[in-house]
Amino acid sequence: MSIKPRREGFSPRDYLLFTLATLGTALLCVCAGSVPVPPGDALRAVGSALFGLIPADEPAQTIILSLRLPRVLASGLVGASLSLCGAAMQGLLRNPLADGSTLGVASGASLGAVIAIAFGITIPGLPQLGVMGMAMLTAFLSLVLILSLAWRMDASLSTNTIILVGVIFSMFASAVISLAVAFSGPRLRSVTFWTMGSLSTASYRDGLTLLVALAVCGAVLLFSARELNAFAVGEDNARSVGVNVKGVKLRVMVTVSVLIGVCVSIGGTIGFVGLVTPHMARLIVGPNHRRLLPAVLFSGAIFLMLTDLAARTIISPIELPLGVVTSLIGAVLFVVIFMRTRRVR
Amino acid sequence: MLAVKGLSVTLGGQQIVHPLDFSIQDGDWMMLIGPNGAGKSTLLNALAQGLAYQGSITFDGRDVRHMKARERARSMALLSQRHGVGYAFTAEEVIRLGRYAQTGFLRGESGEDERHVQEAAQLCGLQNILHQSVLTLSGGELQRVFLAQVFAQNPRLLLLDEPANHLDLPFQRQIFELISGWLRTPGRAVISVVHDLSLARRYGKTALLLNRGHVAAQGAATDVLGRDALRVVYGMDVHAWMRELLRGWEEA
Repeated sequence: MSIKPRREGFSPRDYLLFTLATLGTALLCVCAGSVPVPPGDALRAVGSALFGLIPADEPAQTIILSLRLPRVLASGLVGASLSLCGAAMQGLLRNPLADGSTLGVASGASLGAVIAIAFGITIPGLPQLGVMGMAMLTAFLSLVLILSLAWRMDASLSTNTIILVGVIFSMFASAVISLAVAFSGPRLRSVTFWTMGSLSTASYRDGLTLLVALAVCGAVLLFSARELNAFAVGEDNARSVGVNVKGVKLRVMVTVSVLIGVCVSIGGTIGFVGLVTPHMARLIVGPNHRRLLPAVLFSGAIFLMLTDLAARTIISPIELPLGVVTSLIGAVLFVVIFMRTRRVR
Repeated sequence: MLAVKGLSVTLGGQQIVHPLDFSIQDGDWMMLIGPNGAGKSTLLNALAQGLAYQGSITFDGRDVRHMKARERARSMALLSQRHGVGYAFTAEEVIRLGRYAQTGFLRGESGEDERHVQEAAQLCGLQNILHQSVLTLSGGELQRVFLAQVFAQNPRLLLLDEPANHLDLPFQRQIFELISGWLRTPGRAVISVVHDLSLARRYGKTALLLNRGHVAAQGAATDVLGRDALRVVYGMDVHAWMRELLRGWEEA
């Protein structure tokens, strides 16, 4: 009797379902808002831009193409990126509370971006890349700093120690950012942008940058799913089954830092996204990263597009910073997960 | 199969294992014994490449330090004492991880891998709990899941850290019988840390007795577990104590 290999990953049907759900959410988000646009007009506007079809009537055409679409694209891509990073960190550190914001990596990236802007650090010819590059670099350095500090305090890297060090580091970074903003005047955006993130000014170019970063880094992380499974079961176990423990750790940490750096330099610190969606996705598809990572990719996009919709419609015409809404949801969920992990022990 | 020369381990400036030599042949089951804090688990972790060490460890003449991770995992596997799985993986998913070393970057599992997984699960009597979350399993079941994982991995050398610790007697016996059955296939060997000296004597072919990081005795298990060596290391007449314990059973 021949035995067929078991498929642990996503089937084409799963991909189709999640893609449809994501596109449906995107359509909802471009249509809804202070001026509702019928879905037909929204599709015509996109069709005219992409394939040169007959455009929709004004003002729908302008609302969709100039205002809502770039923002929805950016929120979807940032949501997918941050969620993927969260899921990867949670697997690597075997810690369901790990996330760019709880670990302090996002604050580290903000700090880098702020320093780059305040001191005018740029790469000739590619001015935007200076800020982004600094954000990536400081994201990685803070991740290394936080993990080695946590490791020195407690070699088993327990949940509590990592989170504690992450929170302290975030507070430190926020303090430095506030200082820099206070001293540098109008050159820097408001402190709120860096600590509470927003995608209200995102452009198509931002969307393209995010897409490229997500395609590259996302591929690296999706191809590390089996290694992340091994880490999620235990680092000693990962080593024993043949995972190159140091290599994979470095690869995941660099990738996550790059992706968080890009997201932060475009949208500021949008906290807890990487905590919320992997937790939800795990309830649906289980902890196996071969299913979890693709699920998180799509559900992260859906989650942040909807949250951004809420941020701009809940108390319209006033717009809430996106990070405020994600933090409201994330902080509550953080407590729930924390209580649950303590009960297990 | 395995040759260890001048191996020593220093942790936090303190030398835990002093230079020692030993070798393992096909079919050997070497028992690492000694009191608490003798350095048994440290030595085992160094063998599994989980700790930095001085000296050399060669497997079939090749330096283990220079082997690729996957290649090393096809040669040897470690069964730890504690398993702090953080997420609700199924027993089957954990066992399947054992096949990691047989797969590649783009080469996923084959039917052959699946056969190994199912066989290992069956051998360890796990058919009925394969799809259960490991978070819901008892200590004995969890230990059998990880034993099935190393069986599925199919290494030549098995490193075991107190494989039956915290397990009640039926499970303890089951685990040791499973390992001793596994060892019957030629070309395999086992090194295990064991606290229970009667188990060490019952299953060990050779033994290494450690005392504060130094080798107190090594060689055939029956010799190492002799009265005098144990008396020096444990500070008591172990043999007399074992007999006294048994007498209680005989009188009952």
